[in-house]
Amino acid sequence: MGQSLLDKVWAAHTVRELPTGQTQLFIGLHLIHEVTSPQAFQMMREQGLKMPFPDRTIATVDHIVPTDTAARPFADAQAEGMMSAIERNCREFGIRFLDRASGHQGIVHVIGPELGLTQPGITIACGDSHTSTHGAFGAVAFGIGTSQVRDVLATQCLAIQRPKVRRISVDGALASGVYAKDVTLHIIRTLGVKGGVGLAYEYGGTVLDRMTMEERMTVCNMSIEGGARCGYVNPDETTVAYLRGRDFVAKDAAFDRAVAWWKSMASDRDAAYHEVVHIDAAAIAPTVTWGINPGQALGVDEKIPAPESFSVDDREVAEDAYAYMDFKPGTPIKGTRIDVAFIGSCTNGRLSDLREAAKVAKLGKVKPHVKALVVPGSQAVARAAEAEGLHEIFKAAGFEWRLPGCSMCLAMNPDKLVGRQVCASSSNRNFKGRQGSPSGRTLLMSPAMVAAAAIEGAVADVREMLK
Amino acid sequence: MSTLIPITKVAGRPIPLRGNDIDTDRIIPARYMKAITFDGMGQFAFHDARFDADGESRGHVLDDPRFQAKGPRIAIVNKNFGCGSSREHAPQALLRWGIRAIVGESFADIFFGNCVALGMPCVTGSAADIAALMAAVEADSAHDLIIDVAAMTATYNGTTYKVSLPDGARKQLLDGTWDATRTLLDAAEQTRATAARLPYVGGFKS
Ligand code: SF4
Repeated sequence: MGQSLLDKVWAAHTVRELPTGQTQLFIGLHLIHEVTSPQAFQMMREQGLKMPFPDRTIATVDHIVPTDTAARPFADAQAEGMMSAIERNCREFGIRFLDRASGHQGIVHVIGPELGLTQPGITIACGDSHTSTHGAFGAVAFGIGTSQVRDVLATQCLAIQRPKVRRISVDGALASGVYAKDVTLHIIRTLGVKGGVGLAYEYGGTVLDRMTMEERMTVCNMSIEGGARCGYVNPDETTVAYLRGRDFVAKDAAFDRAVAWWKSMASDRDAAYHEVVHIDAAAIAPTVTWGINPGQALGVDEKIPAPESFSVDDREVAEDAYAYMDFKPGTPIKGTRIDVAFIGSCTNGRLSDLREAAKVAKLGKVKPHVKALVVPGSQAVARAAEAEGLHEIFKAAGFEWRLPGCSMCLAMNPDKLVGRQVCASSSNRNFKGRQGSPSGRTLLMSPAMVAAAAIEGAVADVREMLK
Repeated sequence: MSTLIPITKVAGRPIPLRGNDIDTDRIIPARYMKAITFDGMGQFAFHDARFDADGESRGHVLDDPRFQAKGPRIAIVNKNFGCGSSREHAPQALLRWGIRAIVGESFADIFFGNCVALGMPCVTGSAADIAALMAAVEADSAHDLIIDVAAMTATYNGTTYKVSLPDGARKQLLDGTWDATRTLLDAAEQTRATAARLPYVGGFKS
């Protein structure tokens, strides 16, 4: 039996097996941001710990930064406090800090790949659950808590249980108007929000093989919403082509050695998996969530499901969702009026996402009752989009063009829903209160679908608009 | 560095938190995470489930007169508790509110790991036992719920339920090695050796 990528990466990074059955795993790249790191540095100081590998940690700011102004100090004193804390911590511990002045700032899961920090065969940790995004390159990438951020700062290691691998093979052809976001929402809808607990997801099949790196990132990003510990795609020529020439990638002969090593880390053809699941691409429609977790999703042409369609376990959550969302079973999701449209986040805030959304934005104007925001995932994405004139297309259609950050994905900055507003959002979580208003409502969908909803003023089928 | 504190038994008054898929945004809304310490996070636990927009109580179980005991508390939960984000702010808020252990049907992975790192056991019981335990504490909340990590039991008012915990986490709690830093530091030399074997650490120079 051959080995999976996870087997190989695990073996290469194992420092030792711990008596608890966990592995002491070396972490090749540690990414930090302002929300989950300050307490870790506080613990470092209290416990007198030093960093053995300071150049293997990279910092940026994304969660709390305002997107309408770059001015300092921030109007929000707490946000300013977090900003000064990460500045001080990076200075004191000698960590490279990619702030706005560097020109490389952005959502941590957007900048890692675009700088070439994220590479195949390596281990990555970040105090952020969507670290799974980096798996698109064939990295084994874990979201961790703050105590573990301290562990990585102090030891460059994690004590971690090895997950089992479930291969998810998506085969066939995606219909036009169906995007990577729909693939991931469909997988979560099919396997459930707790389906992946204790597992790593290896995504493959002809659909993943044909995807661009940005599309693969969208799929891996939401592994965590399916309950998985991490998700990855095996590195191939698409991966190599993406990485060639990026800032942190080896050059010349060293690049050739890198490529050889990356490819050697891919799963063997006869790799053993805990389980293999097949998904038929033809069955995937533009998908929209209707409820309060990402598994409560349906095709845009479907009706909100009846309580009887759920297992006993899920029925209670469904009842809670009907009440919170104020949706009735049997109502079509299409035509649901929206108040806000948000395009951005680490799921869908990259250049290709903005391009797809702009194609739709070109077809009309944002309805007057809709507030529509486009927030690029990073400064580099913003520059590339502006060079192509995407920002002008969005602005002409009535979207606001903002500065990079997490923004309304979790609304720790000033971008928030108000009251019971309904938001069509290209982000990853539709939990109660997620977008900043304790009673706000989120409908997750692809960026093109968000643009379509902004123009219709209601949930629309992007396939009809693109005809 | 802290000394090893084994966690063999945790006792406290029960607090039932009913519902599947209770996510970390619900446990601690993001707007209360804008702080550089975890101090004071306890008061925001389940904030939006507890209070409406005007700050009026919604009658959440945390504010239920039956469950206002002082001292350490043990939460009882259903399936996939703590799903969503990796924010340690969630277990920190629960810990600082007074919760020292959780017994439930199942837990989300990262949340579970974060709890272990704080020395907070999250043990699982069968759906039937959790239902029985919730019913028992809702009928009479005036006893300590005792989680025995060594014996793998939960005992309430004379009834004992079997619970489980993955071996690794159980050993960490019993050995007092749940705060992993010291264990990891013990292998600093091996860590350097592992790093030296990884071609990318040296920039693929050879
Ligand atoms: S964009 Fe959203 S999900 Fe991604 S890192 Fe930022 S807050 Fe987290």
